[in-house]
Amino acid sequence: MENDVQLVACKIESEEYAIDIRSVQEIIRLLDITRVPYASPFMSGVINLRGMVIPVMNLRKRFKLPDRAPDEATRIVIINWAGVLVGLLVDSVSEVIRLPRQAIEHSPNCSFNINTDFLTGIGKLGRRLLIMLDLDSIFEVTLNV
Amino acid sequence: MDMSQYLDIFLEEAREHLQKLNEGLLELEGAPNNRAVLDEIFRSAHTLKGMSATMGFNQVAELTHEMENVLHRLRNGEIGVSSGILDLLFKCVDLLDNMVGDIAGGGTGNLPVEDLLTELRSRNVVECSESPRNIEPESGDVSIGETPVSQTMSHNIVTSVEFNEYEKNLIKQAIDQGFQCYHLVVNIDQRCVMKSARAFMVFKNMEEIGEIIKSIPSVQNIEEEKYETSFDLIIISREPQEVIRKGLVSITEVGEPEINLITGVFCTLPALEETKVEEPKPVPAPSPAAVSVEKPVPDEKTEDHKDGQSHPHLKPKASQTLRVDTTRLDSLMNLVGELVINKGRFEQIGRTNQSPDLAETLEQMDRITTDLQNVVMKVRMVPIDNVFSRFPRMVRDLAKDLGKEIDLIIEGKETELDRTVIDEIGDPLVHLLRNSIDHGIEDPSVRAAAGKKEHGQVVLSARHEGNNVVIEVKDDGKGLNPEAIKNRAVEKGLVLPEEAAELDESSLVRLILQPGFSTVEKVTDISGRGVGLDVVKNKIEALSGSISIESNQGAGTSFKIQLPLTLAIIQALLILLGKEIYAIPLSFIAETTSVMPEQINKIQDQEVMLLRGDVLPLMRLHEVFKVPLKEVPKEEEINIVVVRKGEKKVGLIVDTLIGQQEIVIKPLEKLLGNIPVIAGATILGNGQVSLIIDVAGLF
Repeated sequence: MENDVQLVACKIESEEYAIDIRSVQEIIRLLDITRVPYASPFMSGVINLRGMVIPVMNLRKRFKLPDRAPDEATRIVIINWAGVLVGLLVDSVSEVIRLPRQAIEHSPNCSFNINTDFLTGIGKLGRRLLIMLDLDSIFEVTLNV
Repeated sequence: MDMSQYLDIFLEEAREHLQKLNEGLLELEGAPNNRAVLDEIFRSAHTLKGMSATMGFNQVAELTHEMENVLHRLRNGEIGVSSGILDLLFKCVDLLDNMVGDIAGGGTGNLPVEDLLTELRSRNVVECSESPRNIEPESGDVSIGETPVSQTMSHNIVTSVEFNEYEKNLIKQAIDQGFQCYHLVVNIDQRCVMKSARAFMVFKNMEEIGEIIKSIPSVQNIEEEKYETSFDLIIISREPQEVIRKGLVSITEVGEPEINLITGVFCTLPALEETKVEEPKPVPAPSPAAVSVEKPVPDEKTEDHKDGQSHPHLKPKASQTLRVDTTRLDSLMNLVGELVINKGRFEQIGRTNQSPDLAETLEQMDRITTDLQNVVMKVRMVPIDNVFSRFPRMVRDLAKDLGKEIDLIIEGKETELDRTVIDEIGDPLVHLLRNSIDHGIEDPSVRAAAGKKEHGQVVLSARHEGNNVVIEVKDDGKGLNPEAIKNRAVEKGLVLPEEAAELDESSLVRLILQPGFSTVEKVTDISGRGVGLDVVKNKIEALSGSISIESNQGAGTSFKIQLPLTLAIIQALLILLGKEIYAIPLSFIAETTSVMPEQINKIQDQEVMLLRGDVLPLMRLHEVFKVPLKEVPKEEEINIVVVRKGEKKVGLIVDTLIGQQEIVIKPLEKLLGNIPVIAGATILGNGQVSLIIDVAGLF
């Protein structure tokens, strides 16, 4: 068991991404997002999470994928990133997955058609491939003023 | 005894005493024969010595000990107060300050003290015999008010019964109302097989006589027979002791109880002694609660009794205060903020429902929340003296270094400000003071030649003005030279020569607040270290304040800082841009007005309008915030919010004015921080997040 990691699997476009469950505080449905001018284009804005004002990042835009209108499946994954709460806007959240550590390949030597800057590895679950998100690099945001 | 829990108190009190030492020494410098001041200094040094020795900070203790010896000799008149000695003592205080800083940073406070020790000792060599070499705090060699902390730490306290705040209150109220409060030790026969049944009967009997407010161990544990042969009860009753005794011994297998009367304890004074009425009877078995006269530990955080009981006439300000962890205050403030938000939500519901009952209740609730908010706000208020108090020393040192003679006059140090503002305002003030002393006040010879007093004067004052606090740093120095500023600004490329020619005097003077400006060629280590007054300006604006300058060439300069009383909850005007709601802090708003589209003119690409004969530049907030523009029919009136910063005014074009509302400011965290025109966010009554416009950032 100790050798397993628990991951929250979420989908963007057709790719499946995985976030270490220890960084995930909660998963919520889409709330009203207030746009923040002058923020980076991939920052959707801020939401009110039970009295806290929390920034939300649009992962599609972060990955430079075409934006699309939110639907029923759209979720915000609230991440606790070193004490700071940040929301990640994703197309859908599928499940929580338990994966043995050895099933994660840390330096994939094949090239994917995704931006490798944001991944720490690839998890293999049967025939499914999970892209392990690198939160640190995702949140490395420079202001777009 | 583990001392770490006392570290915070130690640090806080140590800083207080260091501050007192600094103040005392300064006062002594002005009045060398003031015995009372000397006593005060001595007392602080002594207390500091005791505290640090108890906490195991021996270097601090040793240094203060040697200081104390010198002070002792000063008091006895064996040596006179000279500037040499004062400088030495000041140096000691500085070192102590560093040591305390080191301790605060997790160090041991062991900094090199040898030089100062040798110097101090050399002042003492003449007569060493009478110096008390005992560093122990409990030595009691001097009859001075020790701080409660050292008492707490030094006494070995046997606490057999601890009461929480609620229980303390209960007991206090009961006593006030003429009840008796007893501490019973109920002894049950060792051979008893049904201890729980006996205990039940004890409880039953006692409940007939009075009220049981506490039992040790807990009722549940007693019922489960988790006790040896005795347990403790605290009961409140009107009955005399004998009745209680009878009520207990009447039960089989219950032995002679031990009954102690608890009298007026748990008040605010340090001596919290419980009086014992009856000598304890021999207790048959070792009980967990061998009652001894106990001294409840004064709650470290809730009590702050200042020293000086022995010299009350010297300490008129021994106020009864609580010492509360600031994080608790912050969370209290947050909760009140939440309440205010929810109140707003209620009000919205009330408006849509239009029920008179609801409206009435809401009005009531509104009043209560407003009061609550004011109280919480007041609790967070700190007198600005906390910041001001360190300046006399700084000014003295600076003046000495520069060979200038300066009187610092402090006014309104009791003015209160929110703690968050207090924390931030120190550095800008240091900067302004340094600036005044270094650049403002002239050398004594120059002053004499100009027909001024040789002593320069710097006035640091604080006062309330409406919902703002105004802090002023005023000197009677040479004032600013607008011509020199103009040349400098042009030379530095801050303004174009033709622009500069058109600026009036007050605008010229404001140029010194621009980044990259510094009029003095010579870079001293006092001010002008590459960072200029623009840093001050930025800091003040970050606190939602403003700064203005008045200068009279030859007669002096005055910097006026205007700050809001608090930063957490403010009044704001909500406006609509497209579909987005924004909040503008009311403190920046001069007025609101409206114009017809044809009244807007253009001067060199800048839209302007005439407001009572003055030209008012306009700014389309849609453009600033990149909001999709609403199609405005030509003939519709345009709403304008006139905002000001210092003397400058700008008209902001908005779609709709929604109304004035109290808002709770929530900062935008990391990922969205530092956005220029946004000061933060707030949550509206309907739960929606709205952004607060940083008006200062618009100019």
